[in-house]
This record gives sequence, structure tokens and C-alpha cells, in this order.
Amino acid sequence: MSLTFLSVLIIILGAYSFLFGRRRVRHLTAQTDVKQHSLDGYHGAFVMACVILPAFSFAVLWSGFGPLVIENWLREFIANNSGALTNGEINVLVAKAKALHAGVINARFVGLETVEAAAYFGGLLETSSYLRAFGTLALALIGFYFSQKLIAPRFAVRQKVESIVIWVMIGASGVAILTTIGIVFSLIFETFMFFQKVPVLDFLFGLHWSPQIAIREDQAANPGEFGAIPLFAGTLLITFIALIVAVPVGLMAAVYLSEYASHGLRNFAKPTIEVLAGIPTVVYGFFAALVVAPLLRNSGADIGLTLSSESALAAGLVMGTMLIPFISSLSDDVINAVPQTLRDGASALGATKSETIKQVVLPAALPGIVSAILLAISRAIGETMIVVMAAGIAANLTANPFESVTTVTVQIVVLLIGDQEFDSAKTLAAFALGLVLFFITLILNVVALRIVNKYREQYD
Amino acid sequence: MTDTSTSMSVSAAPKSPEKIARLKARYRAERRFRFYGRAAIAIAAGILIFLLSSIVYNSIPAFTQNFVELDIELAQDVIDPNFSNDAEIIYAADWQGLIKTSLRREFPEVNSRADKRELYDLVSSGAGDWVRDFVLDNPQAIGSMVRLAVPTSDDIDLLIKGLIDRNLPESDRLVSNKELGWLDHYTAQGRVHTQFAWVLFTSGDSREPEMAGLSGAFVGSLLTILVTLAVSFPIGVMAAIYLEELAPKNRITGIIEVNINNLAAVPSIVFGLLGLAVFISFFQMPRSAPLVGGLVLSLMTLPTIIIATRASLASIPPSIREAALGVGASRLQVIFHHVLPLAMPGILTGTIIGLAQAAGETAPLLMIGMMAFIVDTPTDITSKATVLPAQIYMWANNPERAFLPKTSAAIVVLLLFLLSVNATAIYFRKKFEKRW
Repeated sequence: MSLTFLSVLIIILGAYSFLFGRRRVRHLTAQTDVKQHSLDGYHGAFVMACVILPAFSFAVLWSGFGPLVIENWLREFIANNSGALTNGEINVLVAKAKALHAGVINARFVGLETVEAAAYFGGLLETSSYLRAFGTLALALIGFYFSQKLIAPRFAVRQKVESIVIWVMIGASGVAILTTIGIVFSLIFETFMFFQKVPVLDFLFGLHWSPQIAIREDQAANPGEFGAIPLFAGTLLITFIALIVAVPVGLMAAVYLSEYASHGLRNFAKPTIEVLAGIPTVVYGFFAALVVAPLLRNSGADIGLTLSSESALAAGLVMGTMLIPFISSLSDDVINAVPQTLRDGASALGATKSETIKQVVLPAALPGIVSAILLAISRAIGETMIVVMAAGIAANLTANPFESVTTVTVQIVVLLIGDQEFDSAKTLAAFALGLVLFFITLILNVVALRIVNKYREQYD
Repeated sequence: MTDTSTSMSVSAAPKSPEKIARLKARYRAERRFRFYGRAAIAIAAGILIFLLSSIVYNSIPAFTQNFVELDIELAQDVIDPNFSNDAEIIYAADWQGLIKTSLRREFPEVNSRADKRELYDLVSSGAGDWVRDFVLDNPQAIGSMVRLAVPTSDDIDLLIKGLIDRNLPESDRLVSNKELGWLDHYTAQGRVHTQFAWVLFTSGDSREPEMAGLSGAFVGSLLTILVTLAVSFPIGVMAAIYLEELAPKNRITGIIEVNINNLAAVPSIVFGLLGLAVFISFFQMPRSAPLVGGLVLSLMTLPTIIIATRASLASIPPSIREAALGVGASRLQVIFHHVLPLAMPGILTGTIIGLAQAAGETAPLLMIGMMAFIVDTPTDITSKATVLPAQIYMWANNPERAFLPKTSAAIVVLLLFLLSVNATAIYFRKKFEKRW
């Protein structure tokens, strides 16, 4: 029974139990002369919660962890059947058996033991599916039986329902924590495995990045080099170019819009700039790679410059464009938060408007602007699609914006696209890069939020 | 903003020339500063206009497609030699062969192998599908001679649209002189026409630019977004209600709050790594499936929805809560009967904006394999699928010249989709927004 069908079934059962609970309490109250404690609907909701929640949790947990158990059994089955095998060989056989079961490959091309393994696998899957359906429905029925027995006119069911709702809400809040834990643990775990193959210092301070790993065990290719400095340098170069575009334009736009612009211009220009924020990054990537880069190369050729077709400049300029609305809306907030009295004071001393802005408003807003820039840096470092499409793949250690550089995010994508083996240094390197990315952006965000909070206290 | 010009005409003392010069310089600085501000806005608006117009301009050719009318003999012995009338046998017939026969009949002088291959390149290698669909709709036509419009190959299409210059020397041009001659033969008889490229919306991905469409990616996007909505909306709203209305202000809720703010700023590609390590590698979920894509995007969208919901809840004045508590409502009744309905427009707006962001997201989906070449339209959330942004990425990487307008057209479709979604959000906000 598919999970979708099972979910629909649970929902139907839940709806029925809601109606049942409601009718039941009305019926019971009508037989006695006591006053009913809670409204009818709460009784219905109580029965419904007791039917749906355990059954649904069971179905989801079973669907999540069932395949893990089955995979383990399949591995054991193959290991027992085929005698001594290395881990890698077992992996191949497991993949083959699964592919055979899915009908992706033909039984003619695999050995007899794989056919057996596939049959075994299929049997386990079927059993698991039956058990899941059985367990889910059994839990739903048990929940129904016991909850409907509790229904009575004086049963304080509202409090029960409310505490169930609150616990579900607490669980929902926990998802955010679980996500963070998931990110940190998965990254750290894979990174740890990576550092068993490649020393930490070679990774963090090595100057050469060329993760070509032998595809087959017997290939005597070079072991691959994982020095990440060129990636960090490339990321910084592109981020720097982006900031050169985004900070002046975004900041001046925010200043003009909040201090000078007429109502009409503001109403027109603000949404226009915000449209830039709503454009998906893949569109910026396309724009950078197929419009801006050729344009730069041709105009560079006209004045005698040789630009790489994947120059850091094109990626940086377009990334800067993407960051303009980011900087401008964050600076707009902090500029508006500067108390009007400061401006009035400066005006009273005879300062022109621009002098007021330059010497009073911007210094007062400086912490907020700095944190906006930090957030923009974090955004630029983590941005992927623009650089994947417009920056290069080869890791050059250069500060020349006309040459091609590569970034951390580009390498993550390059290393992980296609089928991966989860134990090769190449795949694990992507997770190590991801961990570096996660921590750098995390630190930037924490610092930026700290600055903002400190600054807020100043004027409140 | 107060009026700053009221401080004028205070001093009546005579001004020295230096003073006047200094004042002039200050006013010049003021004008310069204003100019910089205007320039910044002009730059931002200019880039936006340039970006949009270059993409729209590039996309225009992709919305039309050229067809050539061929005289095709629907030979019984090729289509259904045994008169079985079985749709499956008819479906599998050698349709491309019929087209080749027709082309050879039109130009009997073409003999050499290389020339023939070039001749066949006049029409799309998927043109047989058009003949097949015609025959499946009109089975009585088998055995007769029909004149059918079939799509030209991508190079010929570009040539007709003027994107390949026919005045270039032959060696620099993708279309040979012979092909030009054959095409002109058909053009002279009025057998080449341009139509709206429905294929862009009706067919799935293809290696052939003239056959490639967006329907598969569009359905994939919809399925992914549905999963995202189904997971992130209830969880996000419940978490926000708890944190804003119910949670005691203690250490743990403080940690959760900081955590959510940080999650909102984690680069999207990191969520892709999480999805790869947890959903695909650990939980053995299927690769390239909208289910996994939707789950990854939900985790990404969750902070946005929580933050928007909390802002919306916080904007409901306390008097509403106090009034409800005053007439004896429990805390949850206050929330579900009064606060939540009033906050709903803001919550929905935030959710729609978060989903629009998710719909345009590409990087995390590349990590979990949602950029595979998939021809079929996905049918459910566990089948292999791709999404619009990933489709754009794949087409943009395709070296074939004809994919450039296709990619731009796909971007136009994506932007229109996001525009309509965001317009819905703005409409909601305008319609239901209350000022307290």
C-alpha cells in the first residue's frame, strides 16, 4: 500500500472519528442531566488526534527507517550467499540487485545470485509495505477504541486537546533545531572522513586544487590535490568585485530614496529595486554567462585587454547587481531608524542636507550599514548559481579580475554532480568545503546580528 | 521630514567673497551628492531593464517555429504491414523512414550517402512523431498520400529566423549551400511556414532543440512546490505561533530563535548538502524526486515562513487578545479564534513569497540530482523529475546554438510564473491588510 494511499486512508478515518466523537458526546449528554464540560468539537478533535497522530508518526517513521533495515539485511544476505567479498563488491551487488528489482537492468546481464538477491529484496519490500499498512491501521484503531471510551460529559477534554496541540507546536519548533543539528552533523561526519584521507592542514593551506581521483582502483592516476586556498582566494576576489558594485549603488540608492526622493519616485523606485531581489539566481547566472561575459570580452578586446570568457569580473559584476537590493533595503531600514532629532539638529546648525547625511546620519547608521555589508558578504560567499554558470572550474590562484577563477560553491557543485561514491575523497571534499562555507557564513551572520542589536539599544 | 529651508535668512551680515565661494562649493557638493543618488537609482533600474530586455529579446525567436510541408506517402507496408490495426504496432512503425522517402522523392538527384544525410537533416529528427500522431488520429489515411507540416531541424529553423546569416561564406555557416537550395525549393512553393511554438509548452525535454519543451519541468516544479507547501506551511505556522504566543521566555526558546535567524542566512547549497547526506544517503530516498526536492526546499523556506508569521502575529494589537481573554476564552481559543484569523493575510503573503523563492531556487536541487535529463512528465512525487530553474541551467549549458533562445524563453516563462505568484501575494496583502 503506497504511503499516499495510506495517508488518505488515515485522513478519512480521522474525519470519521471527529464526527463520531462529536455525536457520541451529544448522545451521552442527552442521556444524563449533567452539564457537558467541553464543547462537542473538542471531543471530536480528541478522538481524531488519537487516531491520526500515532498512526501517522508510525507510518512516517517506518517509511524513513524501514529502507535502512532492509538495506542492511540485503547486504547480509549477499555477503552470506556469495562468500568472502570486499565492501566495495558488496556495494556493487546491492546496487545491481536494486536496479534489477526496479527493472532498470535486465536479468540476463547479472549473475544468478543477484537475481536471488533481487527477489529477496523485493520480498522484504513487500513485507515491509504490508507491515506498515497493518501497523498504521492497527494504531489508528487502537487509538480510536481507547479515546472514544474516555468520552463522557464531564470529561475535561478541552485541556487535553489543548495540551496535545501545544506539544505538536513544540515539536514543530524543534524542526528548526533538528535542521541545524542535521546540517552540522552531516557536514562534520563527512568532513571527518575526508580528513582521514587528506590532512587538515593540506586542505586549509594547500595551494593546489585538482581533485582528479582515479575512477577505478587499478588506475594509477595522481591521488588528487585538495589545497583549498585557490578556492578561498577566488571566492574573495568575486565577492570583492561584487561589493564594489553593490555597496556604493545600494547605499546611495537607499540614501536618496529615504532622504531626498519625492513620494512618487519612492513608490516607483523601491519596488523596481526589489524586483532585482526576486529574480532567481539561475537567471542572473544566465545573464552573466551569456550576456555580460561576451560583452566584457568584446569590449575588452576593443581596448586591447584579454579577458577570459569566464572572467571573475563578469561573475562579480552580476553578483553585485544581485546584492544591490539586499544592501539598499537593509540600509534603508537603518537610515530610517536614525532619530529625526539628529537631522533637525544638524539643519539647525546650518548644514546642507548632504552634509547632514554624510556627517550625521551615515555615522549614526554606520553599525547597521556595516552589518548589512557583512550580510551581503555572507550572501555573496554562499551564492552558487551565478558562479557555477559564469565563473570557471580551473583553480587559478590569481588576483587578476580578467582571469578565470573558481569558488568554493562551484567546486561543491562540480564535485557532487553526477553519481557519487560516498567514500571517495572527491565527494567528501565537497562536504568539507560545505562545512567551511557554513561556518564562515554563520560567523558573519552572528557578528552582523550582534552589531545590529547593540546599535538598536543605542537609540531606543 | 521637517522643512530645512526655514533656517534661511537668519544672518543679514555682509558676506565676504570667500564666504560666498565656500557656500557655492557647499551647494555644488550638495548637487553632486544628489546626482550620485539619482545615478545609483538609475544604475539599478538600468541594469534591471537591460537584464530583462536582453532576455526577452533573446527569447523571441523561441516562441515561433518553422514547419515545412512534405508530401508523405503513408505506405501500408511500412506502417502496418499485416493490417493489424493495432495501435502499438502502428506506434512503433518507421515514421522517420517515411519522411526520408518523401525527401528522396522530392529530390531524386541526391545520391551520395553524405548528401542524403544532409538532406535528411532538413527536417527535425523528431518529425516522425508528427506523422505518427497524424496517423493515430486519422487511421483511414493509411495508404494515401498526404501533405503534412513537420518541424524543420534547428539549424534550418535558425536560418529562416535570420539567426544564421545566409550571406556568410559556406565554411562559416552551419547550413550548407545544398541545404539552402533544398530549402529554397520548398520556400518557392510556399511550403514553409512559421507557427507559434506550442512544443515549448506541450513537450518534455529533448536533445533536439526544436523538440524540447518545458512541460516536464513545469509539472516537476509544481509537484516540488506542493511538497514544500504541505511540509513547510503547517510546521512553520505552528512553530511561529508557539514561539510568538505561548513559549516561555527562557534559554531554550532563546536558542531556537537565534537558530531560526541563522538558518535563514545559511547558503542554499548547504541545504542541498544536507539533503544529499540525510535524505538520499542515509534515508535512501529516491534521487531526482520532487519528494526530496520539496523536503530540502521546505527546510530552506521554513525560517522565512516562521519569521513572516511571527511578524504578522506580533502586529495584532494586544487589545484583541485581552478582550477575548476577558470574556473567558482559553489561551489557545484566543489564538485560534481571534489572533490567527486576523494574522492570516500576513501569514499567507509571507508563505507565498517564501514559496516563490523556493520555486526559483536551483543550487540545492542540483545536489540531489534534480537536473537529470528527463523526457517524461513526472506523474507523482517519487518519480524522476526536474524543475524549471534546473531546466534553464541545463539548457544554458547546452552548446547547441538553438538552445540560447530556448533558455531565454524558459526564463521568460519562469519569471512570468514568479511574477504572477508574487502579484497574488501583493493582492492578498492589499485586500486584507488592516491598519490598527
